[in-house]
Formats: sequence, structure tokens, C-alpha cells
Amino acid sequence: MDQIQKTLLEEIAGLHEVPQGAYNIRVNGGLESRNTTENIDIVTKTDVSGIDIYFKPGTKKESVHIPVLLSQTGLKETVYNDFHVGDDCDITIIAGCGIHNGGDRDSEHSGIHSFYIGKNCHVRYVEKHYGSGEGTGERIMNPTTNLELGENSTLEMEMVQIKGVDSTIRTTNGVVGKNGSLTIKESIMTHGHQTAESHFRVEMNGEKSHVNLVSRSVARDESKQLFCSEIVGNAECTGHSECDGIIMDHSSVSAEPQLTANCIDAELIHEAAIGKIAGEQLTKLMTLGLTEQEAEEQIINGFLK
Amino acid sequence: MLELKNISYLVDEQSTTKEIIRDVSFKVDERFVAITGPNGGGKSTIAKIVAGIVKPTSGRIIFDGTDITDMNITERARLGISYAFQQPVRFKGITVKDLIKLAAGNEKGNVDICGVLSEVGLCAKDYINREVNASLSGGELKRIEIAMILARGTKFSIFDEPEAGIDLWSFQSLIKVFEKMYERTNGSILIISHQERILDIADRIVVIANGEVSAEGKKEDILPELLAGTAACPALTEKMK
Repeated sequence: MDQIQKTLLEEIAGLHEVPQGAYNIRVNGGLESRNTTENIDIVTKTDVSGIDIYFKPGTKKESVHIPVLLSQTGLKETVYNDFHVGDDCDITIIAGCGIHNGGDRDSEHSGIHSFYIGKNCHVRYVEKHYGSGEGTGERIMNPTTNLELGENSTLEMEMVQIKGVDSTIRTTNGVVGKNGSLTIKESIMTHGHQTAESHFRVEMNGEKSHVNLVSRSVARDESKQLFCSEIVGNAECTGHSECDGIIMDHSSVSAEPQLTANCIDAELIHEAAIGKIAGEQLTKLMTLGLTEQEAEEQIINGFLK
Repeated sequence: MLELKNISYLVDEQSTTKEIIRDVSFKVDERFVAITGPNGGGKSTIAKIVAGIVKPTSGRIIFDGTDITDMNITERARLGISYAFQQPVRFKGITVKDLIKLAAGNEKGNVDICGVLSEVGLCAKDYINREVNASLSGGELKRIEIAMILARGTKFSIFDEPEAGIDLWSFQSLIKVFEKMYERTNGSILIISHQERILDIADRIVVIANGEVSAEGKKEDILPELLAGTAACPALTEKMK
């Protein structure tokens, strides 16, 4: 890996070198390095580009890193990563994509992640998207996430895109089984003329299933954001979605929440709020000695944390 | 320490000019000065004028010999003025610890967070990682607001109705906080309050009504007059017999 790729890796995964445990590092469309463990196997797909990751039933306290780095301008790729999580696992998946585009052609990564999670699992998924580079070519990421959450399983997803991605359409489709619990926390900040769309659709099919979907976003400059969520309750279940947006400068944020209850015992709630930073928040922090700009940074950092 | 000289504040309201504050002058040199007076009389506006949140239409503000009238909020805060809001502000994602560190102006975390929270009756273990959002009650927010002022440790602090929204039990401990603060302060505390027990700690009391100073003097002189005034409602006196 060269210095640019190392920087990208640090930005998206906080890694200075190869991680502990299982990992698969993809650089410019090819495999850079891979490590498997006794419980976690990673196999290259033969029909399409991508990998299958297998977690043996009962795998506990293990993690897998699967960063994707692009530093070659004009590279466009669609990658299929499938996660097969056996019953009774307690694992962490650290994904992420960093694009450095120093050229004039668009670079694009479309990661299609499918999760097949068995029973009684606890899975944490962390994903960070980051872009850099002075080139005029756009940095584009269009991730799709498909989830199937088995009985008594919990999936916590943290998805962050703070900087440098010019255009993104993020699609997440989930199905939650009996006693299953899905938590998604999304943080997005857009600058300049960037655009970001998030589309969530979660079906709660199992009894006592639960979903909590929280999106926090900050739109600056001329950027545009769209948040669409659809929660469908097909059984006795509880669902909550929340879309909180801070709008700045000449940006634009839209929220289109939708709730559908197909069962008398489905309880669904949506909250949405979009607005500028409250003046009294700025004032309070300024009375603590911060400048207006410092106060604004603190408020945004806290909000997206 | 602080002197307000002929402060007036006018606002335009439906093509007429309304005087919110009219030619207010007073000094704060003692350790503890209380401002009291009827609701809507202009007390909070005076606090905001001192903190730099509201710009007076005329008059000067002198702080420690420096004219601060044209300084902004940040500059005044850095000179050593702290202001506890009547209605504390909520922040999504910012924790109690974050705010106290910001108040102390100390990124490295050398501030005694546990110490300042204990002073206001909050256990640090339960609170430092809580977000300062709607999940906290009004009383908890008030205490955190006061803890921030303690963390700042500046020479001049303004408290705007610290007792507002506080339940009876919390009020008892709040009084103790101010009694302790009185013992220890090396500067001055200006407190806006309606509570006799808070006014009773003050060295001096300034009464603001209709945007003006209607009375001012030592606590011993002003407090009995105020209390006599509140007891004067004939209907209440009759019913309480």
C-alpha cells in the first residue's frame, strides 16, 4: 500500500497497519491482503466480484475488517459481499470505503452487502465512507445493504459519511424475525455541491421484533440530502425512526418518512426535525468563551457523534 | 467589579418604541448582589446586557475598569463573565462531560468534573456521559447549568433565577450551593431571584421594576420592605387569618 492508501485506511477503519484477526483489504479492484481465522472464513466469489464471509456457529468476540480503498481515478466497481453468520455468534464487522480521486474521471464504488444472520446472534456493523483528492472527477459511493435477521438476534449498525463523498445513494432493506432487534444509526454530512440520499425499508415480520432507525445529518453549502424511510409492521412489533437534520448555508434537506402497520399490535413512531442550529445553543457556548465558529463546530461534532 | 452606567434598551414594536430598560445605573462591588422585582420588569434583559447577548441602546458597562460595552459575548466570557441561563439550553449529542470541559476551557480533561457535579448534588457516575438533551429534567438541567459556572471559576458570575423550575427538595440543596459559593468566591456573584432565602444571602439588593431601579441598598434595608410589600395583599391577609 502507498501513503495515500494508508491514509484512506486510517480514515475509514482507524488502522495504521493490518488489523488483528480476520480481514480482507481490497485496493483498486483487487485483493491486497486477506487473513482468515479458525471461525471466520473469507472466500472470493467466482460469478461476480466480491467475497463470501462465513462465521461458524458460536463464534464469540471476534471481528472482521473488510476495507475497500480506491486511489485510481476513473475506476468503477460493483462488489458483492455476503455475510453468513451462523447461530449463537457475537461478532463485529468493520467495513468502509475510502476513495482518493486525484484525476478528472469519476471514481465509483457500489458495495452490495447482504447479511444472513442466524438465531441468537449479536452483530455489530460499523461502516465509514470517506473521500479525498483534489481531482475534478467525482467520488461516488452507492452502497446497498440487505439484511435478514433471525430469531432472537440483534444487529447494531453504525454508518458514517462525514467527508468527501460527492454523490451517494444508500439503500438498506431489512427483514426482522421473531424477537429480533435492529438498530441503525446513520450520520451524514455533506458539503459543496454534494448529494446524499438514504433509503431505508425495514419489514418486521416476527413477533416482538423491534427496529430503531436514527439518522442525523448536516447539510452545508449548496449540498442536497434526501432521507426516505419505510417501516412496515407485519406482526406484534415496535418500530421507531428518527430523522434529525441541521441545515446550513444554501443547502436543502428532505425527509420522507413512511410507516405501515399491518397488524393491530404493531406500534410505529416516526420523528423528524430539520432546521438550522438553534441560536441559543450558539449563544450558550459563546458565554463559555467559544467563538461563534468554535461553537458551531462543537454543536455539529456532538450532533453527528 | 461591574458598573452599569445609564443603561437604556429600546425596542421597536408595531411602529412604537418601547423602553425595556430605562436609564439603569448600579454597581456590583460586593461578593453577592441580588436583583429582584416583578416578572417582566427587565431583570433578565439586564443579565443579557451584561453578558453581551443584548446590546443596550445607550449607556456604558464597565467591568474591572474596562469599558466592555462594545465587546461581544465571547470576549466578555474570556474576560471573566459567566452567565447561567434561566432556561438552560439542550444539545443533542453533547454530553454533560463535554459541556463541563468546554466551560472549564480545558480539552485535556483536567477539570474536576466529579467535584463540580457533586457540588450541585449530581453523582458524576450517573451523569457525565448523559446527553444534555430532553431526557434530562428541568431541575437536572438547572444543576448542570450551575455546575458549568462552577467549572469556569470566573471572577464574575450571573445566575438568572436559578430556583425556577426546581422542586422543593432540590431547592433546599440549591440554597446550600449558593451559601457555599458565597463563602468561597473571590469575585462577585449577581443573582436574579424571587426567593427570600436567596435574597437573604445577598449583601445588597437591587429592585428592578418597569425597566428601572425602583429600590437599591443593603439587604438589611431592602429585604424587610420587600417582605412587607408581599404580605400586603388584603385578600390574602384576610384568608390567612
